[in-house]
This record gives sequence, C-alpha cells and structure tokens, in this order.
Amino acid sequence: MAEMTAALSNGRLAAPSPELLARFGALAEAEGLIDVAYTTYDAPFGLLVLGGTSNGLVRLAFDPLETVVDDLSERISPRVLAAPGRFDGVRRQLDEYFAGSRRHFDVAIDLRLAGSAFRRAVLAAADAIPYGQVRSYGEVARSAGSPAAVRAVGSALGANPVCVVVPCHRVLRSDGSISGYAGGPERKDFLLRLEGSR
Amino acid sequence: MSVQLPPFQQLLDSHAADVYRFVRAMVGPVDADDVFQETFLAALRAYPSLTDASGLRAWIFTIARHKAVDSFRGAARRAVPTGVLPDEVAVDPARGHDPQLWDGVRALPPKQRAAVVHRYVHDLAYDEIGALLDCSADAARRSVHEGIRKLRTTWQK
Repeated sequence: MAEMTAALSNGRLAAPSPELLARFGALAEAEGLIDVAYTTYDAPFGLLVLGGTSNGLVRLAFDPLETVVDDLSERISPRVLAAPGRFDGVRRQLDEYFAGSRRHFDVAIDLRLAGSAFRRAVLAAADAIPYGQVRSYGEVARSAGSPAAVRAVGSALGANPVCVVVPCHRVLRSDGSISGYAGGPERKDFLLRLEGSR
Repeated sequence: MSVQLPPFQQLLDSHAADVYRFVRAMVGPVDADDVFQETFLAALRAYPSLTDASGLRAWIFTIARHKAVDSFRGAARRAVPTGVLPDEVAVDPARGHDPQLWDGVRALPPKQRAAVVHRYVHDLAYDEIGALLDCSADAARRSVHEGIRKLRTTWQK
C-alpha cells in the first residue's frame, strides 16, 4: 500500500516541456487571445520591458518587469502573456539604435496609455524632434499648440509610456541641462550622447 | 465593477506544472499535451469575463478535469485492439513510469481518479481536494479511499 502510494507520487516528476509551453503561446497568438504581449530587452544600460497590443508597441519601460506587467494587466486587459516572438522587429531596431546605426524607429505605436489628447499631442511633438537634436519644454509646448502649458508638457513627457522609441529624452531645460527622466538622468544622458547631441 | 485579475502569465507560471501533472495522471502521457493546451486555451478565452479572482486555482483545475474527462471519452471511442501485448514494458523509474499502475488510475471513475491524483500526485489535504472537486472533505476522503482500494486489487509489486 505504502509502496503503491509512493509510486503514485512519482507522478510529481512529470513537468510540461518548454516546447509544450511555446506551442501553447503560439496557439494563443494564432487564436488572437493575447491582448497584451510582453518581453524584456537587454539594453546597454539595463533591462527594458516591452509591451504590445494588436495596434503596436504600447509600453517601453525602465521599471521592474513585474510592476510593468501588473500595470498593463490592470490598465488594458488581464489576457497578458510573455510573447517574445511578437517583438522581433522592435528588438532588431533597438539593436541597431544602440549600435548607432539607426536614427529613426519604424514601429507601430499604440498611445492608449498616454492619457489625454493634450498628452498625445505633446508626445507627437516629441516624436517629431529629429535624431541628434534637442528642444526645450517651451518649444515643445508651442509645437503641441499650447505655448503656456510648459509645466504640463513636463508631466506629459514624464508619463511617456513608450520611452526611447518616442524620444522624450530629446527635451531639455532651456539652459540645456538635464531634468527628470523615467529611466533616471544618467540614462537620458546616455541616450543624448549616443545620438551625438551632448 | 470589474475584479482585479492577475496577469494571465502569472496564472500560467503558478499552475502550469501542477495542471500538467494532473492531466498526465488523468489521461496518460500521449494525450497529456493536448489536454494541457485545451485547458489553458479555454481558460484564456474565458479569463476576462471572470467575476471572481479568489478561486483561480480551483477554476483552472475544474477546466482541466472537464477537458481530461472529455479527452478520455474521446480516446475510449478511438481505442482500437492492439493485438498481442508485450509481456514486459520498459520502466523508467526516474520518470515514475509504471504503466500498470497508471492504467489502473485511468480506469477509475473520473471523480475518484481526480481525487487520487490530487491526494498522491499533488499531495493535497482532503479539504483542499474537496474544494477542487466541489464536495466536502469527507466526500473527498471517501473518493480517495475507494479509488485506492480499487487500485490495490489490480496492482501487485
């Protein structure tokens, strides 16, 4: 009897293979069941978390993986799965960007987490700043159509859900000094040096 | 008022191994992969409409049990005579492979089968098994004992 129950407990040794889990991910993807996909990207200054919907890249964050994934689940849909394959194109472009050979990202962006129309306009204005150039908060406020809203521009850029790809790091104080950045001032400095603007 | 469900990946990470062991014990190694996939696909389809985030483990095991029973019925219909059976079957102790025992497990009625697997493969207490099978701890204990009693009549070592 004891021997038989011990033999039954050997069933504990079975485990799903990585191939089985990968096939599940592929089936879920094929059936359109993944509302939010995510993966990580190993950037020169640390790990980035990428999130995507069927509309495009919805998140590029410096925060810890779990924080980002919980937030995506809460704000978009709990049908969140790790799906590295969905980010192959973005990954390649980030490789090229960090190697200095890409000056513009060609990826679909989903700005649903940006918030108000004003915040989207600010991010669109930031997106229009060319590689290797910088603008002041006041200049961005003017291109977003709200010249007086300089402080609100700062908050909108600070809440950029798709860092690096939407280049909020190209916005500086009018004296050219670095102010806040979601990834910390040293990362902002890194990106500006990479682009040759510092 | 919507409930706050954890990201599905978290559910998968927490329960994939246990669900796999459960369905493998329920339907055998050949059909385990299919039943595992069907279980998590069905869960993912239904996930956003869940109204209660408190019993996710029991919920996923209920789906797994239904999928296992469906698969088992399908397999019984598909079964074809195998002719002469080999006298001895290779046993791989490292993987806990004991065909005679697992055939016995899979010959149990679904509830007893699930109860035995939860008790001895998952090492769950009777109240936990009762919660998963939607019955009392006493009823779970009776299912386990009845299942084990039947297994003993066919299992010799």
